[in-house]
Amino acid sequence: MIPELGHFALVLALVLALIQAVLPLVGASRNNQSMMAVARPAAQGQFVFVTFAFACLTWAFINSDFSVQLVAVNSNSDTPLMYKITGVWGNHEGSLLLWAMSLSLWTVAVTVFSRHVPQVFLARVLGVLGCISVGFIAFMLVTSNPFDRLLPGAAEGRDLNPLLQDPGMIIHPPLLYMGYVGFSVAFAFAISALLSGRMDAAWARWSRPWTIAAWVFLTAGIMVGSAWAYYELGWGGWWFWDPVENASFMPWLLGTALIHSLAVTEKRGAFRSWTVLLAIGAFSLSLLGTFLVRSGVITSVHAFATDPARGMFILALLVLVIGVSLLLYAWRAPRLTGGGSFGLVSRETTLLGNNVLLAVVSASVLLGTLYPLFLDALNLGKISVGPPYFQAVFVPLMTPVVVLMMFGPYLRWKSDKVGTVVRRLAPAGIASIAIGFGTAFALDHLTWRTVLGLCLAAWVVLASLQLLGGRLRERAGASMSSRLSAIPAAWWGMWTAHFGVGIFIIGVTLVGSIDANLDLRMKAGDQAEFAGYSFSFKGVERIAGPNYDASRATIDLSRDGKPVAVLEPEKRVYRAMGMPMTEAALDIGPFRDVYVSLGEQLPEGDWVVSLHRKPFISWIWAGCILMALGGILAAADRRYRRLAERSAPAGAAQHAV
Amino acid sequence: MKAKFLVPLFLFLLLIGFLGFGLTLNPREVPSPLIDKPAPDFSLARLDQPEQRFGLEQMRGQVWLLNVWASWCVACRQEHPVLVKLARSGVVPIVGLNYKEVRGDGEIDARGMALETETAQAIERARDWLTRHGNPYQLSVMDIDGRVGIDFGVYGVPETFLIDQQGRIRYKQIGPVTAENLEQVLMPKIKELQRAG
Repeated sequence: MIPELGHFALVLALVLALIQAVLPLVGASRNNQSMMAVARPAAQGQFVFVTFAFACLTWAFINSDFSVQLVAVNSNSDTPLMYKITGVWGNHEGSLLLWAMSLSLWTVAVTVFSRHVPQVFLARVLGVLGCISVGFIAFMLVTSNPFDRLLPGAAEGRDLNPLLQDPGMIIHPPLLYMGYVGFSVAFAFAISALLSGRMDAAWARWSRPWTIAAWVFLTAGIMVGSAWAYYELGWGGWWFWDPVENASFMPWLLGTALIHSLAVTEKRGAFRSWTVLLAIGAFSLSLLGTFLVRSGVITSVHAFATDPARGMFILALLVLVIGVSLLLYAWRAPRLTGGGSFGLVSRETTLLGNNVLLAVVSASVLLGTLYPLFLDALNLGKISVGPPYFQAVFVPLMTPVVVLMMFGPYLRWKSDKVGTVVRRLAPAGIASIAIGFGTAFALDHLTWRTVLGLCLAAWVVLASLQLLGGRLRERAGASMSSRLSAIPAAWWGMWTAHFGVGIFIIGVTLVGSIDANLDLRMKAGDQAEFAGYSFSFKGVERIAGPNYDASRATIDLSRDGKPVAVLEPEKRVYRAMGMPMTEAALDIGPFRDVYVSLGEQLPEGDWVVSLHRKPFISWIWAGCILMALGGILAAADRRYRRLAERSAPAGAAQHAV
Repeated sequence: MKAKFLVPLFLFLLLIGFLGFGLTLNPREVPSPLIDKPAPDFSLARLDQPEQRFGLEQMRGQVWLLNVWASWCVACRQEHPVLVKLARSGVVPIVGLNYKEVRGDGEIDARGMALETETAQAIERARDWLTRHGNPYQLSVMDIDGRVGIDFGVYGVPETFLIDQQGRIRYKQIGPVTAENLEQVLMPKIKELQRAG
């Protein structure tokens, strides 16, 4: 009964989404108040029904209702409660429902927090969001109904893919989807601006906090996914340039370009048509990502459920959403030329340069991801594109991005003098080159990649510190606390995120260059020395988990005779699927992780143990966290709220008329 | 409407064309000219006993799988547990074709390497890998230079060939064998061939 209620709620949500899509858009073009006024309640009602449907599906999972096909395939009565809930979105149908729920959550957030936006504009934004929602809910109802029954019901479920039974997978998909779907808000604002022809600074200011919020979610989502791959896949890698990873990385790159481009549009009125194009692009890549992951058009290391019929539907959706918006762009964008002019040496130039570079990187990742498909379609054979291509393209293109990134904040808007900037930054530049070579030499790892990475990281850190120092000296005489509070949150956001990039590069460079790995066979009582640590293998015991049986090894980790940690890597076999899984054990530290995974048991009774030392890997996550934190600070800047308050009475007055 | 503003739309439509066409293709299935043809014969050194050689005739009369693998291949690690489980069930023998173990690894420059050195390295790496991840293979042979791979039309690793009692290739799977396609595609074909024989 409850699954049917969920199904019915989804149908009602579709009806409300249709209303939300059609009436406000028509109302906005005819300037009909009452039609536009439908947008807000329709969006909120849709949210209620989609959430209700989601709750019904969750209920079916929690109660192990194996007469629902999705539950029978993705859950088991022995699965721990947490992973029963994770099972809701650990599959195609459920993840689409999560997609639809995030979309309606964002839409409701827009109805609540954008009250200051003029009604016509807001009606268009909600209308566009409604169109997207119609597409996705219809997709679910037509091709991938999560509530399909399995009659008669199964006695026992097949269990959730053990790879997904991990705390990281609980939050990874929701974060990632909030990010993907969040770009739909930026997209809706851009389309609304194109429709209304109102392409001024106000539009950029309304859209900025939304775009940054989506970007924060996407950053956090990608980070959690990468950390999951690191400890769950059991071989210590953290990024594989896999199509599914690329699908999330491309919108991130374009989204990064978009938030910077919006800054220029807001402050200087420039780049307007480019900003609109980026907003369309970032959302298009989110949709494309969904298409790639869900259609099975590309083989992937984490290929989960795939189905070409569903692919056709998403493709049609892509054509409608993106095709129509690009057509609209081609029609309206010619009016958007102009805006503030700027000199060759100016903050605009650095931002434009980085925007173009990020867009090119994004296009290269897209090319690499789809290249096997292109060749196949042109009958030129089947190939796979691996990490060497992506590294060869990514490193040279991102190097100037990182260099320019630190120039930007030092330059004035409009125009600046080369001499001043060079004089201010030359010491930091020279010092970073020295530090880069010096550190690489000290590590005895003088490869060009290590040197380059370390130079760039030093450059970001030094230039950031100098920037902060300069900012704090600005108001000489004032007390430190008043100087600190005078700096707006948006500036801190920019600073923190850029600094995070530096920390991230340190992590990536050092993990890539000086990590160490040793595979050996051990039995109870054995001791091994590796990377300055001793590992003493205490033995292996059989344990029974809730839905798996495991062999758990106990390894005492010590350094210079002092105990550091007890590591317990496991080799699990999940009962329902009979699938073996490696559960690595980590001792996480600020400067290194010690990572131990348990391999096969040899016929003689020894175990194969794989030891890794991963230097500075936590810095990769720390860098991502700083970037996300920077985004939060920037989105929380008082400026957006103050303007909201100021324009609220005006909006209310207009409403009364 | 100025032409330059239509560029993004055209690029997008081009992309859509490819994606739409891509949907009609199956990246895991190969229009191999070898399907239903006799498998190319070979004679290669065994991984466990390099002094012995192995060829097609030794599998004559059996339905078996030839799985192309290498220790540097990330997707192989994904399919590996599936193969180990399949091997334990004893339904079908699996022979491993260790493909370009050394020179296929992007991180090693094997150009100047003597064949003996390369072979020795390959044996060590491949054996290590099997000890770590489990050995599903009845035996593995070493295709150091990838020539047998070329005869079989190997595009990428992993690939899996289903070969019948008469030594004909009956099916080819590109990319990792997953529990799902093992159950839905490979097993039915294996069962059918075994019954026919």
